[in-house]
Amino acid sequence: MGTSLDVLKHEMVPNHQIMDDEEVTDLLATYHLSLDQLPKIYHDDSAVKAIGGEVGDVIRITRESRTAGRAEAYRLVVKRPKK
Amino acid sequence: MNSDMEQRIDSLGLPYRTREDLKASLTGRDVTAEQFEDILTMVFSEYEKSRIEPCEAVGVVAAQSIGEPGTQMTMRTFHYAGVAEINVTLGLPRLIEIMDARREPSTPTMAIYLKDDWMFSRDRAREVSWQIEAAPLHEFGDITIDMENMQVLVMLNKAVCDRRKISVEEILEAAPRKIREKRHFRDFDVEGDPKKAVLAFTPKNRESYQNLFQLAEHVRNIIVQGIDDIERVVVRKEGGEYILYTEGSNLKGVFEVEGVDTARTRSNNISEIADVLGIEAGRNAIIQEALNTLNEQGIGVDVRHIMLVADMMCMDGEVKQIGRHGIAGEKESVLSRAAFEVTVNHLLDAAIANEVDELNGVTENVIVGQPIQLGTGDVKLIAKPTNLKI
Repeated sequence: MGTSLDVLKHEMVPNHQIMDDEEVTDLLATYHLSLDQLPKIYHDDSAVKAIGGEVGDVIRITRESRTAGRAEAYRLVVKRPKK
Repeated sequence: MNSDMEQRIDSLGLPYRTREDLKASLTGRDVTAEQFEDILTMVFSEYEKSRIEPCEAVGVVAAQSIGEPGTQMTMRTFHYAGVAEINVTLGLPRLIEIMDARREPSTPTMAIYLKDDWMFSRDRAREVSWQIEAAPLHEFGDITIDMENMQVLVMLNKAVCDRRKISVEEILEAAPRKIREKRHFRDFDVEGDPKKAVLAFTPKNRESYQNLFQLAEHVRNIIVQGIDDIERVVVRKEGGEYILYTEGSNLKGVFEVEGVDTARTRSNNISEIADVLGIEAGRNAIIQEALNTLNEQGIGVDVRHIMLVADMMCMDGEVKQIGRHGIAGEKESVLSRAAFEVTVNHLLDAAIANEVDELNGVTENVIVGQPIQLGTGDVKLIAKPTNLKI
């Protein structure tokens, strides 16, 4: 039937964006983090599939925050563990 | 204010909303460079003051801030809140449900928004609702059991079919197919007559009446139109547009129906949202649902506490419950886990697996009687002797 679903257009889905290597290095340096300390997102997450992210990518999520107005969060794409 | 000042504001490490507010209050005013500097210093120091300090125990504060108002919530509600006729779990049971990250809420519902062409007319909204509301075969006509010929006869009512925008042929095709697929019941033959709008089911075993009645039961209740999980749809007018409220939830199915606005339609089933729209949408759903539940009871909890809980639940890429099968059960420390629930099991398992507790967390250190790593307890001083003579 007619309607096709674009996950990224849904109100509840914030903007997802794949970060390039340079940005990732910057990010890890500013927060003194290692890659695996970032929050995770699964490779088969609908939003990740929609922007074509792959395992190992870091996704920048620009959320509409109720306190700060706009806030950035970062997630590392990992493979979904087998149950 | 000039563009230089605007750039200055943007280059500061302030949150987006603070920056916008500052710009808004400065536009159209004459501010000298000196005054501007003063304002910036003030804003910055206020902002620094409002920040959470390092080593602050935000988790405990959040837990208390949600827990205490929780004691004032209703234990059991059978209210028909929000929408007429649709029952929704509210109050404490709903809050517990959210935190437990149940696969299926006890009362799943959806708010289905419609696209421009459908949202302004009740009739057109009804049309969409027919495609969504699960309708069993007995609503489309009379079903009789013919004991003499061992048959179940379905006489379709053409007026009903027309009203619900489904052709007789579609029903004739869908009914037997769905009985086979969804109910895994295959011991029957079927004969359909589109002209007379009659469908005749014959069981393979023609000796058993029990079999015949069983078949009749399947025929009566098989869903021929709509989405299986959605039991009821109510059309309501809100703010000039028609919105469908449902009992039962199936995001994926509803998104495929023509006329549904896939950008606004939402469900109260959090794990379904996380599955269909991704973990970030799941996080938003947790915040919204928890906040709505609390506000509906007249309880104001700061959104930061709920955001912290939602962040913890969605940290690992899927929605995890707060509890022994989720966040509390996956802690690194044995003592911390044992302190939460099922103490003996955790200690026993840890002993068998030869686990070591590094004593990094708060709970473990309280148990063994050491200073905890929070607030001033997290600061370690090392004396650097400068004029020490050995």
